Amino acid sequence: MRWVVLLAPLFLLAACSPAGKGAPGPDLGVILAEDPAPSLSDYGLFADMASGAPAPGVLPYDLINPLFTDHAAKHRFVFVPDGQAAAYRETDVFDFPVGSVLVKTFAFAPDMRAPEEGQWRVETRLLLHKAGGWAAYPYIWNAAQTEAVYSPAGQRLGIETISPDGETLELRYAVPNQNQCKTCHQAGKDIAPIGPKVRHLAHKDQLTRWEAAGILSGVPEDVEGEPYAFDPSAPLDLRARAWLDVNCAHCHKADGSASNSGLWLASAETGQARIGILKHPVAAGRGSGGLKQVIVPGDPDASILLYRMASTEPGVAMPELGRSVTDPHSLALIREWIAAMETE
Amino acid sequence: MTIRLRALGGAAILLTLAACSPATSDKPAAINELPAPLSAEGDFGATLQAALIAAKPGETIVLPEGTFQLADGLSLDVDGVTLRGAGQEKTILDFTGQEGAGEGLLVTSDDVTLMDFAVRNTKGDGIKSKGADQIIYRYLTVEWTGGPDENNGAYGVYPVESKNVLVENVTVRAASDAGIYVGQSDNIIVRNSVVEYNVAGIEIENSMNADVYGNIARNNTGGILVFDLPDLPVTGGNSTRIFDNEIGSNNTRNFAPAGNIVASVPSGTGVIVMANQNVHVFDNKFDDNRSAHVLIMSYSLPFTDERYNPLPRDLVLRDNFYGAGGNDPQGDLAPLAAALGGTLPAIVWDGVARWGEGAAQDVNLAVLEGPEVGFISFGLGKYPIDPATMAPSPERPQATPAAEPAAIVLPHADR
Repeated sequence: MRWVVLLAPLFLLAACSPAGKGAPGPDLGVILAEDPAPSLSDYGLFADMASGAPAPGVLPYDLINPLFTDHAAKHRFVFVPDGQAAAYRETDVFDFPVGSVLVKTFAFAPDMRAPEEGQWRVETRLLLHKAGGWAAYPYIWNAAQTEAVYSPAGQRLGIETISPDGETLELRYAVPNQNQCKTCHQAGKDIAPIGPKVRHLAHKDQLTRWEAAGILSGVPEDVEGEPYAFDPSAPLDLRARAWLDVNCAHCHKADGSASNSGLWLASAETGQARIGILKHPVAAGRGSGGLKQVIVPGDPDASILLYRMASTEPGVAMPELGRSVTDPHSLALIREWIAAMETE
Repeated sequence: MTIRLRALGGAAILLTLAACSPATSDKPAAINELPAPLSAEGDFGATLQAALIAAKPGETIVLPEGTFQLADGLSLDVDGVTLRGAGQEKTILDFTGQEGAGEGLLVTSDDVTLMDFAVRNTKGDGIKSKGADQIIYRYLTVEWTGGPDENNGAYGVYPVESKNVLVENVTVRAASDAGIYVGQSDNIIVRNSVVEYNVAGIEIENSMNADVYGNIARNNTGGILVFDLPDLPVTGGNSTRIFDNEIGSNNTRNFAPAGNIVASVPSGTGVIVMANQNVHVFDNKFDDNRSAHVLIMSYSLPFTDERYNPLPRDLVLRDNFYGAGGNDPQGDLAPLAAALGGTLPAIVWDGVARWGEGAAQDVNLAVLEGPEVGFISFGLGKYPIDPATMAPSPERPQATPAAEPAAIVLPHADR
């Protein structure tokens, strides 16, 4: 109840001067503040909270291959402070200037075969590039869909929906807590974005639009992204590696949360044991499922990688966070990839 | 009488003072007084996780007494925080209904102290700390209350990729891999702890500079393991001392899920040294381990890691007490023992001294026990091993005992 009382005056203020500081658009003071703002609207990232329309200077974008998170629809936006631009990088995340924000809203519809019909927003995650580095904050939307509130402890929500394949789902959807944000966004001791790399962004003239908006500089000619993982016309190996990169490599990398496993799954990794081929697990516990190697070429059912992707049991399921159901399309892709590997 | 009078007199004076200056009486004089415990009302998991996120460096979070059901894994990422319960038997975090996360509690910050509470029935590991330097695990219990089971979590206490690790006075029961597992870490003490009914009691893996002493490792599948594995970011484990431990009756069946390296540990082993270098085992008491009290072996699976040496080197065994054992060898040791009459002596070495096309190495295994202590080498010679080439010998290898590493000093141990 106290929240409501406190928030009400803020709303009134926001209504009086929608931009917070006189100019419409994101408020750098709030973005760069040491502590998270109590409400999502405080940042000025949205012109209209109810409709979700972004403020001027906040650009929608998408990824070629998104992380699978229980079939949630995602709405991504990027903001780079006026007059500045992110610097292009060939493999790493683009070098965003301080004050940049990456916004990702997770939403569901009653039937995900028609995701725009009756869609409601569950949570919005912000990555804010502050003076001391990136910070990650979760916000949970209210029932009226007019505001989202800073929720560092996360929440588990029961959500009923129908999957894009027509399957009825009763999700135990997990809004991550603030530490869990870092589990995936870890880069050594720091937090880093995952998505905004050329290999995930370069499609549908997206980089051209970023350049035209003045938020990205130094893009070479003819850069290409990775193939869409479920485009059967693209090479299977590239598609599977692209899928693993987006869904696994944020932890399974040298400076990620799963570094100690020695299983590193970025698409640029080349070592056979490094990506799991005939590799023995080190700390899998019951996650091994009684199987002996991470990937057994030609034998998906003997491969721990697929076993853990196919599980929803905590302690077994991979990724550990962000998924309470399995994705049949992902499983089929990785199965096909392992089955097609040459055996020695 | 005198004492009682004095006590009464002191109390009277204190009361008088308090009455005279009430303003100071509600400010505790003790500097180290703990903050109030977290509220046990409402959603305790959310309360605790919020406190762990909001904590400031140097803060102590006090857990109340009671048993609390946790639906999700907890995590701490703030340096210098102490998480303290009311006691190993009094504050119990129960994860029987856990819905997510790979462990009960994950610590990713430095200078953290965890003490005086218990963690039960996590779906994955119990308490994990990764990249968490100067951590202390103290007076903790981690257990799976249904006893040994393939579906139990892998590790109980699990520090990894850390520098300066102290584990003391903890109890771990029924982990399906190792009770206390220290991996890819440097400068480590594990002491005065009890590990029982785990597959491995204590395991030091791909780590450097560890002292393991004063522990009781009983009723596990294997008591204390010192391993080095290939294809991990940190390899080349070395310099571990295992001393003053009681390592007995480690005869529990191996309930590790297949695929994990400990799934090959024969039930009934006291200490296993696999690969690794400069390991000193002394002043321990071994008793009633049915396969072998000490097993010295090479890594026996295929590997491609060019940095890796699969042989144990520079081992010193001295001044240990060996009770009965080796009477009923299990697992991979059973067929080898059968060829030798069905039993094994106290100390068993696979006899592998070279691998691949390499020449034989001077593995320098110093068995400095008295002549009454049994020893056997299977004389397998070369990795990959071929049991058909077994050439058993009771003769102890020639060795120049490796210099013992200095005692581990932890800068934070008295915190």
